[in-house]
Amino acid sequence: MNPVEILRFAVGGLAANKVRSGLTMLGVLIGVAAVIILLAVGNGSSQSVKDSIEKLGTNALTISSGGGFGASSGSDTKPLTVDDARALADPASAPDISTVAPEVTTSQTAVYNGTSHTVGQVVGTYPAYFKTSNSKVDKGDYFSADDVLNSRKVAVIGSTTATDLFGTASPVGKKLVIGGTPFTVVGELATKGGTGFQDPDDTVIAPLPTVQNAFTGFGPVSQILVEAKSAGATTRAQNEITTVLMGTHGIKDPSALDFRVSSQQSLLSTQSDTNKTFTVLLGAVAAISLLVGGIGITNIMLVTVTERTREIGIRKAIGAPRGVILGQFLAESTLLSLLGGGLGVVAGLIGSRFTIVGIKPVVIPASVWGAFAIAVAIGLFFGGYPANRAAGLRPIEALRHE
Amino acid sequence: MRQALSSRLGRAGTGLHRLRARTAPAPEAPEEAGPWGPAPVIEVRALRKTYGTGDAVVRALGGPPDPAGGEPAGVDLVVEQGDYVAVMGSSGSGKSTLMNILGCLDVPTSGRYLLDGIDVGGLDEHQLSLVRNRKIGFVFQSFNLVPRTPALAQVELPLAYAGVKAAERRRRALAALALVGLADRVDHRPNELSGGQQQRVAVARALVTAPAMLLADEPTGNLDSRSTEDVLAVIDRLNASGRTVVLITHEDEVARHAKRVLRLVDGRIVADVRQAAADGPPPALRDPAAFAGHAPTALSGTAGGALR
Ligand SMILES: Nc1ncnc2c1ncn2[C@@H]1O[C@H](COP(=O)(O)OP(=O)(O)OP(=O)(O)O)[C@@H](O)[C@H]1O
Ligand SMILES: [Mg+2]
Repeated sequence: MNPVEILRFAVGGLAANKVRSGLTMLGVLIGVAAVIILLAVGNGSSQSVKDSIEKLGTNALTISSGGGFGASSGSDTKPLTVDDARALADPASAPDISTVAPEVTTSQTAVYNGTSHTVGQVVGTYPAYFKTSNSKVDKGDYFSADDVLNSRKVAVIGSTTATDLFGTASPVGKKLVIGGTPFTVVGELATKGGTGFQDPDDTVIAPLPTVQNAFTGFGPVSQILVEAKSAGATTRAQNEITTVLMGTHGIKDPSALDFRVSSQQSLLSTQSDTNKTFTVLLGAVAAISLLVGGIGITNIMLVTVTERTREIGIRKAIGAPRGVILGQFLAESTLLSLLGGGLGVVAGLIGSRFTIVGIKPVVIPASVWGAFAIAVAIGLFFGGYPANRAAGLRPIEALRHE
Repeated sequence: MRQALSSRLGRAGTGLHRLRARTAPAPEAPEEAGPWGPAPVIEVRALRKTYGTGDAVVRALGGPPDPAGGEPAGVDLVVEQGDYVAVMGSSGSGKSTLMNILGCLDVPTSGRYLLDGIDVGGLDEHQLSLVRNRKIGFVFQSFNLVPRTPALAQVELPLAYAGVKAAERRRRALAALALVGLADRVDHRPNELSGGQQQRVAVARALVTAPAMLLADEPTGNLDSRSTEDVLAVIDRLNASGRTVVLITHEDEVARHAKRVLRLVDGRIVADVRQAAADGPPPALRDPAAFAGHAPTALSGTAGGALR
């Protein structure tokens, strides 16, 4: 008997019980599709976090107050000040730093024409902040160094804030009241979007002295944003910052700093570590669903073979060689898993074109091949095993089987 | 049809020669041409079959243990080429057990079974499947058709396993179905056929490969007298064309068609009555008018009464 004939027998066998064949295929399909989609979601989310961190710029360094591990806390912790920022901006002592932007943050309620909105982040800073934090103006313009010097009451607002207060109308040139102080909107930022806890588009950015004067007072700043001259210069810039601030804060012991310098790169690596865990978790869930699909095939093949042991007996009695019987059953289970796996790949690829819980899935090619191969291997092994057992019976034993 | 069958027989014969050469290197001159005539189709020596062990042992074939020797004697049986044997006996007497061993579907606990001079015990799995496919046509007591498969495909199945091409297969399967009077039922599945029709499909499947030997386990057990006559007429014609037939039956009416009647009691042959010569036509075809006129009770009155 040639293979084509055996294949025809197998198709006949599957067609003889369409519902069962269909359900088995569905099990494999779901398993394979789940693996592909879940891994794609995991991969997509780590990709998007990576993208949004890269949007911040990899040259950026953030200085915040407070010691590292083991630092002596208490009265000798000096806060960051505008003077610290000025010292850092001196090219003589810090040649690898291109711009410096001290930053104070507060949360205030903004009112426009009776509409009120609590702004997540009101930032007071210098114009350098826009470039360093990768914030681009979409409408209108940035505020200038001149606005800072004269403490003008102008502001650039984020896109969420803009839509909440002004709807679809352009906010540029309009006056809004933040925490009792009137500000003129000079620009609106392009939407950044993000998956973070805080909406990066719900923000108001104004000149530092204006915000200090209106809300925070002229005390310490929250953090200082520094941009290194190039991505390669960040490490040197970091060292220069440490040296300069140790001088201004009067610290001798480098292990007892009262400030922290973090680069976007270090942020990136912690983030991608978290995401790896996330992907592994999703992968485990996917693997379980594939396993369940596999158990489905195994179960169906066991049932099929047990149920058809009599038929195997009949076939043997009229002279079917063991190899042909085995071939038929193997072909049946392989066809099931090939079709199920193939459709699963199609479903998985289609499914990962949609945005799932705000994440754009990115398919990992290895997961497609892996899931498909595992499905087929399970079909071959667990279809072959019971069929082999049944084909080895003497015809009369198989015929008497209940 | 006749021609197709005999050409098929020739091929089956060569297939078995190959088998013989592999298992038991035969002498230069084949037995068929030897001075003692052709080898018997079936030769069974001291055949025994038991199920279970210890106290629960069932001696299905071979009879009870000999009080002196301890071992049961076993069944001895020789069936010549072209013979037509009916096996009778009460329920549980071991008829099906014997038949299954003759059909190479089961193996005896002990004893030898020579099929066309080949010791079946020495054949491997693959050779056995060849023997079942080419040499033996088996009709089961309970039809044993492949479920959810149309009649035509059922009958084509043995040919498919023999490697016959699709067109040729279909032609011969249709001819075999026509022979058993089912030309108009070729597309019906077993659950769409009556018991008698299913049995005739089973007969068609058994004879489609033109086997040298037809084994039938109560082929008419579930049929009315009309269908019984149909099936028996087919079997009679097959025997007349030189095929060896062994069939099991409970009915004297059926046994009347055979050339030889065996009677089994408790797994042993207790009577062996010849009704016609092994190499002639079967009783029903030798003198159809006289056969039809004969009262069925006459046979059961003599043979049955004497054997009981
Ligand atoms: N697989 C088995 N296990 C145990 N005992 C069996 C088995 N098969 C048959 N037997 C026993 O062997 C004996 C002979 O059975 P067999 O089927 O040959 O009877 P039979 O002559 O064909 O009867 P019937 O006319 O009812 O078909 C019976 O006593 C039966 O119970
Ligand atoms: Mg029986």
